[in-house]
Amino acid sequence: MNEFIAPTVEYAELSPLLIVLGAAVVGVTLEAFLPRRGRHRIQVVFTLVALVAALLATGWVAAGLDEVEGASGRGLIAAEGAIAVDGPSVFMWGVLLVFSIISVMLFAERRIEGGVSAFAGQAAALPGTEAEREASRQGIEHTEVFPLVLFAIGGMLLFPASNDLLTMFIALEVLSLPLYLLCGLARRRRLISQEAAMKYFLLGAFSSAFFVYGIALVYGYAGSFTLADIHAAVDNNTGSTNLLLAGMGLIAVGLLFKVSAAPFHAWTPDVYQGAPTPVTGFMAACTKLAAFGALLRVFYVAFGGAQWDWRPMIWVVAALTMAIGAVVALTQSDIKRMLAYSSIAHAGFLLVGFAGAYGGDGITSLQSVLFYLAAYGFSTIGAFAVVMLVRDPGGEATHLSRWAGLGKTSPLVAGVFAFFMLAFAGIPLTSGFTSKWTVFSAAWAGGAWPLVLLAVGMSAVAAYFYVRVIVLMFFSDPVVDGPTVSVPSLFTSSALVVAVVATVVLGILPGPVLDLAQQAGAFVR
Amino acid sequence: MSFPWLTVIGTLPLLGAVALTLMPRGGVLPKQLALGVSVGTLVLTAVMGLQYSPRGGMQFEEEHEWIGAFGAHYALGVDGIGLTLVVMTAILTPLVIAASWNDGDEGRWSVNAFFAWMLALEGLALGVFAATDVFLFYVLFEATLVPIYFLLGGFGGVQRSYAAVKFLVFSLVGGLLMLAAVVGLYVVSAQAGTPTYLLSELSEITAGIDESTGRWLFLGFFVAFAVKAPMWPVHTWLPDAAAAGTPGTSVLLVSVLDKIGTFGMIRFCLELFPEASQWASPVVMVLAVVSIIYGALLAIGQDDIRRLIAYTSVSHFGFIVLGIFALTSQSASGATLYMFNHGMSTAALFLVTGFLITRHGSARISDFGGVEKVAPVLAGILLVAGLSSLSLPGLAPFVSEFLVLAGTFSVSVTAAVVATLGIVLAALYILLMYQRTMTGPLRADNATITDLRAREVAALAPILGLIIAFGFYPQALLDVINPAVERTLEQVGVTDPSPDVPLEALSQDEEASQ
Repeated sequence: MNEFIAPTVEYAELSPLLIVLGAAVVGVTLEAFLPRRGRHRIQVVFTLVALVAALLATGWVAAGLDEVEGASGRGLIAAEGAIAVDGPSVFMWGVLLVFSIISVMLFAERRIEGGVSAFAGQAAALPGTEAEREASRQGIEHTEVFPLVLFAIGGMLLFPASNDLLTMFIALEVLSLPLYLLCGLARRRRLISQEAAMKYFLLGAFSSAFFVYGIALVYGYAGSFTLADIHAAVDNNTGSTNLLLAGMGLIAVGLLFKVSAAPFHAWTPDVYQGAPTPVTGFMAACTKLAAFGALLRVFYVAFGGAQWDWRPMIWVVAALTMAIGAVVALTQSDIKRMLAYSSIAHAGFLLVGFAGAYGGDGITSLQSVLFYLAAYGFSTIGAFAVVMLVRDPGGEATHLSRWAGLGKTSPLVAGVFAFFMLAFAGIPLTSGFTSKWTVFSAAWAGGAWPLVLLAVGMSAVAAYFYVRVIVLMFFSDPVVDGPTVSVPSLFTSSALVVAVVATVVLGILPGPVLDLAQQAGAFVR
Repeated sequence: MSFPWLTVIGTLPLLGAVALTLMPRGGVLPKQLALGVSVGTLVLTAVMGLQYSPRGGMQFEEEHEWIGAFGAHYALGVDGIGLTLVVMTAILTPLVIAASWNDGDEGRWSVNAFFAWMLALEGLALGVFAATDVFLFYVLFEATLVPIYFLLGGFGGVQRSYAAVKFLVFSLVGGLLMLAAVVGLYVVSAQAGTPTYLLSELSEITAGIDESTGRWLFLGFFVAFAVKAPMWPVHTWLPDAAAAGTPGTSVLLVSVLDKIGTFGMIRFCLELFPEASQWASPVVMVLAVVSIIYGALLAIGQDDIRRLIAYTSVSHFGFIVLGIFALTSQSASGATLYMFNHGMSTAALFLVTGFLITRHGSARISDFGGVEKVAPVLAGILLVAGLSSLSLPGLAPFVSEFLVLAGTFSVSVTAAVVATLGIVLAALYILLMYQRTMTGPLRADNATITDLRAREVAALAPILGLIIAFGFYPQALLDVINPAVERTLEQVGVTDPSPDVPLEALSQDEEASQ
């Protein structure tokens, strides 16, 4: 009989992950035992403390990463080969946790809704019923959103760090399920919100199924779930190429769905529009980051040897994503839908950097994508935070026409939003410019210059609709009884300040963050 | 370490702009501050200019690493070409501010914003002319769009929103094409070793670039500059912008900002891509000649004075581009000199007609008649400004236009001859405009037009003074320009063609004379 060998788990290196998931579990218990009064405050403080602790732990892990012999990366394979704690993972953990902290601050905002959060009082109460009115009269709130978001963050931390496909799938589900719920919890316009959650869930489950099927086929090809083994199998060209191609394609579908790349983007506008705005901002920044991290890891590590097979596909998807995102955004009249299409367009620009698959001297594809994700996340959370502030009596004034003349009535808020628009458009001296520059140069260095030309053209199209919003805010006359701009609490205002400062600093002095991304080095197998 | 002249000169207006936005809105104080800051910049520029030694190459250089991973530097420096444009910008801005004293009062935003954007534009434009790093140049080049966009969209005529967006879309498309080329340059330089954007290091790298890559990159830069300059067929944003903006905005746009286009052609297209520049030269010359004739013909047909001036500029920019791409030392010197002179003469035209238009409330030529009877000073200044625009000998633009044509003649007789037609047409559009608005019997509704006030004359007098002074003594500027132009052409690797006179003809002449 074989002796049982206990698995070794590198608890210290995995501490950020464990802190977040542990805090999520504790959060659920807090929810069960704390009295309703004061629960919100305690949950907010607890969640933020846990995230900051995880961030500090990430910094500590990052400082202690060792060089891997014989490879350009730093780090180790932890948890019996399930998790890769390497430079890119740790970089993404750090950025993810920073975004999460900002997002949770937006989750905690209560002043602009008149003392309650942006989430439904009682999700179980049907919209428009007496039960709903009762819940709202009592001022009931769902503070479960905080443990839920912690679970989602835990999944996001694990997703790009997974070193085998099964762990990656678990991470995908851990990050997705809480998000489906969070999307359906809006306090206002609950039907749209529930519709969004339903769509997101159905399509997400569908794409997960693709992903699992892809894993199965790749397992059939390589006989292993571990990325390094798959890499070896691809290099040695064992097994049937058809299995590999089909498996790669299906895994790509699952991942491209999460990054909202065309043609798997259809959920994005509906979900972004319906979800509570803080959740939308969180998804736009964090889900995109986690999913791109996983995409890069799977395709650069496991399928790196087959890149001549998958690069044409990514080229096509990148071109399509940019075109659909930029062109369809032109026709949008809802600010959240417009930002959703803008996020699709940006996924396209990110894919351009990915498609270059350049790993030589200078700025690598990995470095450029990491930098882009960091820069884009700050601006996008900031933009959604501004959307939270511009309100009608019925909730957020998301119709574009309501934003007319905002520059006259509230120049500061309009100015901040205009600044984020300029950043999205990639105007120099904003982070949008430097990040576009990095992905374009990596793509060009990897030989994808036709894609760069297309991306430049699409940037021009995209710039047009961003500028249109600026024109609307500053060059149109205010609408009669237009929206009011609520004065937010310290949470939202500090989140906004961080977003603006980061967008400026990454635009003018991107050096330190670029260096960090550079030091992250390559993926470790 | 020497005194960072260029940084100080470029930052001063930007600081002034920030100060203006922090000041209480309205009143006369913001105007005085704006004027003071721009005059201060002019004084500093003059002090710097006096230390410039014409044969010293790049001067007042500063260089700090900016973004290491990109190879981008904060690098400034001017040679004769850059200095000329820096000086032109520094001279024009205070005059524009003085002339636009009341133009910001009725805009969409406060008068503070109007002058703050103007100062911001000055600072950025000075930076563009002084940048010796391609990345820095690109960043500043794009950043100038923001102030001019708000100046156009916020202060001006009925069509201002449309004009502002049209301007922005044209410029962004051009700018993004240039971005692609800038990214390409990074890849080229990274492949050659460490990435760099410094002009001095890049020009060595691009000298050995393979032919097709060089040509593609050249095109990326050239299209962006052609939109900016503006050349036919991508000029259509200019008349709309000029008709919508205030006179001051138009001056900053046409006299200063558009020069970035032609400046970029010399500094980047010629110096970085010498092979491609020679390759493209015939086509660009044709486009330039088309611009000259097309701009002049359309100017004749305009009824709106501001659109007329805009089209004259299209024509004049044709001359400048022709001079640059004829690739001879006379024509290139002439083109550079023309950038300065065109800046002055167009500024005078825009400002004086701006005064006229504000007084009458209409910009249509057909709404005026016999104005010289009620406003003789205005009429006189308009005549001198107009004559300088049509290159009357004795006024500054004549010298530059002559040099351009003389240089072009040695390369292509056809181009020179057709371009000369532009001068004839120039006489037509200027004199017709003058005749219809100023001469003849005084129209009844023109009787209320008053003559220029002291402030307005004070804003215009220096420009006219310079036009006349450099008309008689252009050598002062040419001494600064010529060495820089020669150095540039040396990099391109062209020498002036020797005069093509058949030997037999010479000897026959000698025999005949004996």
